Amino acid sequence: MAGLELLSDQGYRVDGRRAGELRKIQARMGVFAQADGSAYIEQGNTKALAVVYGPHEIRGSRSRALPDRALVNCQYSSATFSTGERKRRPHGDRKSCEMGLQLRQTFEAAILTQLHPRSQIDIYVQVLQADGGTYAACVNAATLAVLDAGIPMRDFVCACSAGFVEGTALADLSHVEEAAGGPQLALALLPASGQIALLEMDARLHEDHLERVLEAAAQAARDVHTLLDHVVRQHVREASILLGD
Amino acid sequence: MAMEMRLPVARKPLSESLGRDTKKHLVVPGDTITTDTGFMRGHGTYMGEEKLIASVAGSVERVNKLICVKALNTRYNGEVGDIVVGRITERRRSAEDELAMRGFLQEGDLISAEVQAVFSDGAVSLHTRSLKYGKLGQGVLVQVSPSLVKRQKTHFHDLPCGASVILGNNGFIWIYPTPEHKDEDAGGFTANLEPVSLADREVISRLRNCVVSLVTQRMMLYDTSILYCYEASLSHQIKDILKPEVMEEIVLETRQRLLEQEG
Repeated sequence: MAGLELLSDQGYRVDGRRAGELRKIQARMGVFAQADGSAYIEQGNTKALAVVYGPHEIRGSRSRALPDRALVNCQYSSATFSTGERKRRPHGDRKSCEMGLQLRQTFEAAILTQLHPRSQIDIYVQVLQADGGTYAACVNAATLAVLDAGIPMRDFVCACSAGFVEGTALADLSHVEEAAGGPQLALALLPASGQIALLEMDARLHEDHLERVLEAAAQAARDVHTLLDHVVRQHVREASILLGD
Repeated sequence: MAMEMRLPVARKPLSESLGRDTKKHLVVPGDTITTDTGFMRGHGTYMGEEKLIASVAGSVERVNKLICVKALNTRYNGEVGDIVVGRITERRRSAEDELAMRGFLQEGDLISAEVQAVFSDGAVSLHTRSLKYGKLGQGVLVQVSPSLVKRQKTHFHDLPCGASVILGNNGFIWIYPTPEHKDEDAGGFTANLEPVSLADREVISRLRNCVVSLVTQRMMLYDTSILYCYEASLSHQIKDILKPEVMEEIVLETRQRLLEQEG
């Protein structure tokens, strides 16, 4: 689009945010009674739903069972109505497989799989509305769902995307900012220890700028953690009150 | 044909209507529980860099030197002596097994059993120690979260309202008509397939709906709470019990009666 400024002279982005500002996040745990764990998250206009089953016995071939830890199986799915134009996505297509693999790597780093040998944990994520930052929303929703299922984790996994425009690092990109074609980075962080679970970027970025963009993404992920922490504590507190002492 | 429709409406959190706060220490994964290394770590915790960190979201429980975090919903962890209700999905196919057990317990049967031993990887070994365990005949199964079943001395209850209930520690609740005479010799391997009377079936359906409402309002399940909930629900029709406002009403009444009984 001609004349679309991703960052104005006063430092405002297309949707009026500042460079390091996140979109509004709302999350809810325990949205499905029939699954072991479930969660729903909205980051701005990006909406994702995550459902967790497990740990349970390995379905299908017993040979895939790992003798000392649990198998984490992630599936990503994007609804046909999630993007601007309705697009039918077959289940096994490349983007879904790649996202599923990334989610699996992220959660294998965070879930304490040694506690459940020879079992399987299934994480299914569905994007209902995609407005940028879908990987981050999926990771955040899946974290809440895994917590809801009571599966032991090392720490929260909080993710956020970041970009770089005219010398400034932007946090939490929306679809318009992603489509503009600049470099974008997705980061999944374990906030308490500061360890990175997954870092992904497929664009060209000068190495001098990498540090700044990484720091912006890490700070945004820590802000997401503050919010998710609050949501989980509220949920636990309410359940604890109902259960009584 | 009469139809009922409901529109979604925001409901205020249930805990507000109770008007009290929790005294427990609540943690989320990544929280440091303590830096004192003298404690033994139990479920829901792990050791990281000289401090004890929580791995699930729940409340901290301390028993002398053992610290564990009890999560809200967990997979059932077997312990020796627990009563378990379950369905046989698969069995070992060996020669002596064929000769001995095929006649009694088939695949697909619903049984009650006791946990005999727990293996290091979490698998449990079950046995039907006496004739009160074994194949379950006619009744209703309700699956709930294992964390809502209270640990008691006995899990087999004959309720005065006319039905019996088995509260499995694994979250499977079995509601069945009270057998008229306890056949000592028949034991737990023959299923009673005689028709159940309408009155008994109504009692069982009402009990099942009461269990579902208790679980939705996150109350612990034990014989007294189920009985009080049943009595509170008598003024409503069985199918109305599952409506949200009726559920809240009868569970609130149950809570009050339980508080009065304790205090």
